[in-house]
Amino acid sequence: MKTYEQINNRIESGKAVVLTADEIIDYVEKKGLATAAKEVDVVTTATFGPMCSSGCVLNFGHSKPKIRMSEAWVQDVLVYTGLAAVDVYLGATQLRHNDPANMDHPGEFRYGGAHVMEDLVAGKALQLFALSYGTDCYPLREIRTYFTINDLNQAIMLNPRNCYQNYNVAVNDSDRTIYTYMGTLEPKRKNANYCSAGQLSPLLNDPYYETIGVGTRVWIAGAHGHVYAEGTQHAGGGSRNDQGIPKGGSGTLALTADMKQMSKEFVRGTSFRGYGVSLALGVGIPIPILNEDVLKRTCISDREILAPVVDYSNEYPQNTGKVLSYVNYEQLRTGEIEVEGKKIAVGSLSSYYKALEIAHLLADEIKRGDFRLTEPIAYLKKDTKMKPLVAREKPS
Amino acid sequence: MSQTITKKLMLFFPKCECEKPIIYHLVKDHNLIVNVFRAKVTPEEEGYLALDVTGTEEDIEKGMDFVKTFNVSINTTGKGIIVDEEQCTHCGHCITHCPTGALHIADMVTREVVYSEAKCIECMGCIRVCPYNACASAF
Ligand code: SF4
Ligand code: SF4
Repeated sequence: MKTYEQINNRIESGKAVVLTADEIIDYVEKKGLATAAKEVDVVTTATFGPMCSSGCVLNFGHSKPKIRMSEAWVQDVLVYTGLAAVDVYLGATQLRHNDPANMDHPGEFRYGGAHVMEDLVAGKALQLFALSYGTDCYPLREIRTYFTINDLNQAIMLNPRNCYQNYNVAVNDSDRTIYTYMGTLEPKRKNANYCSAGQLSPLLNDPYYETIGVGTRVWIAGAHGHVYAEGTQHAGGGSRNDQGIPKGGSGTLALTADMKQMSKEFVRGTSFRGYGVSLALGVGIPIPILNEDVLKRTCISDREILAPVVDYSNEYPQNTGKVLSYVNYEQLRTGEIEVEGKKIAVGSLSSYYKALEIAHLLADEIKRGDFRLTEPIAYLKKDTKMKPLVAREKPS
Repeated sequence: MSQTITKKLMLFFPKCECEKPIIYHLVKDHNLIVNVFRAKVTPEEEGYLALDVTGTEEDIEKGMDFVKTFNVSINTTGKGIIVDEEQCTHCGHCITHCPTGALHIADMVTREVVYSEAKCIECMGCIRVCPYNACASAF
C-alpha cells in the first residue's frame, strides 16, 4: 500500500520507478505482482486520436473603443459568442464559413475549428473578424485584426468528452462506400477501422476509475491540465468482460489545459472525407500504483480487451445497438480480423505510435520530478447508462 | 545481354513541349518499356507524367539524354506522391486503402507507418483517406 503523498515524495526525490502501460505487462510477469507493486510507483497511459468533443475558450482582451462581440469568426470559422464581451468558444468540428460540406459528396472538409486550434498552438497569426450591435459601454460594431496565441489573455482547451474508455470497430455492410467519422469504409466489409490505444489507453488501465477521477492531473499535448468533470456520455455501467474491461464505449473524461503550454505535434486538425472536421489530441494519464489491485489492472494487454464490431451503414446510424461480434486488440493489430467467417483488412484512426511516444514523454517528466500526481476530488460513476434522445410529440 | 532495370521518373513538360511524342520515341528508339502511372495536363497546358521505365542501364541513360534535348525536366526521385513525415501521425488509416503495401507498418512494436516510394503506383488512395493531410501529389 502506498499513498499519493508517498508516491509524490519519491517523484520529488527523483527516485520514482515509472513504467509505461506496455512495459508493465512484462515487468509484472517477471517480478510477480507483490514485488512489482512495492517497486513501481507510477504507470503511464496514453492515447492519441480524433476526439470530436473538443474546443477552447479564448479571451482577446479589449480593443479601443471596446466591443461586445455578438458574432465572431477566427480564420472564417464561426466561434460562439454567447459569453462575456471578448470571450469566445471555438469548437473543433465547426466548419469554415462557405465550406461546401457534403454538397459535392464526399466533401473534403479541409479546414475547420480543429485546424484553427492546431494553427493557434503552432503560433501562427490568425484572423479575427467580429461584429456587434453596439452598446453604450461597448460602442465598437466591427473589428478585423490578426493575433497569435501570445496576444491572447487566455487560450484554454475545454473538452467536454475525451478519452473514450473503449470503442467500436466500424465496418460497412452495404454495397456502396460510406464516409464516416470512423473513416472511409468500403462496401461489403472490405475493411474495418478501430480507434483506441488498447493496452496503453488510460481508462482501460483503470477500468473501475479508482485513480482517474475529477481533479486528476493529466498531460494534454505537453501541457499539465486536469480532468474537470466526467465526460459527456460517460456511462460507467456498461457490460464488462471477466477482467472488468468494458466491452464498449463506457467511461469518458472532460479535460482542460492551457493551450499556451501545448506543443503542436499533439494538437492536430483532421479532415474526414464525407464526414467533417475533428481534433486529434494526445493525452497522457499517470496511474499511481497504490496497491496490487491497481497494478494488476494496469497489466491488461491487447489480447484481453474486446471491442464490438458494428455496421456503420445501417445499425449505427439507425441506433439499433446491434453488435456483429467482438474482436480483441491483438487481432486488430495484426491488420486482419475475421467476422462471421470473412477476413477483413483492418486500419486504425488512433495512433499507437504517438500514444507510445506520449507514454514515454510523461514517464520521463515524472522521473525528472516535473510532473506530480493528484488524488481525485470526486470519482467517476460506475453505474450510469447512456440515455437516448426521445422524439416526443408533446411534453410529457 | 546486360541486365534490365526499372527506374521511376517524374517528367515535367512546359507548355511548349506538351505536344511532342516524346514517350513514343522512348519506346521505339530506345527500347524502353514504359509504364505510366499518372499523367496530367494543367489548364495552363503544362504536363506532368509519373512513370516507370524498364530497360538496360545504357538504354535508360540514352533515353534520358534524348528527353533532355527537349525543355523537359526529369525528376529521377520520381516522387509523384509525397508523404510528409512531419505531418504523418502513423495512425494507419491509409494502410487498408493502399493497394500495394507502399504504405505499411514497418515495426509491429512501435507501429510506425513507413512509405516505400518504389512500391507506389500513384493511385491517390492515401490522399483521399489520410485525415491528417500528410499525403499529397506533386501535381
Ligand atoms: S493515414 Fe496519413 S497520418 Fe495516418 S498513417 Fe497514413 S499517411 Fe500517416
Ligand atoms: S498513391 Fe496509392 S499506392 Fe501510392 S502510397 Fe498512396 S495509396 Fe499507396
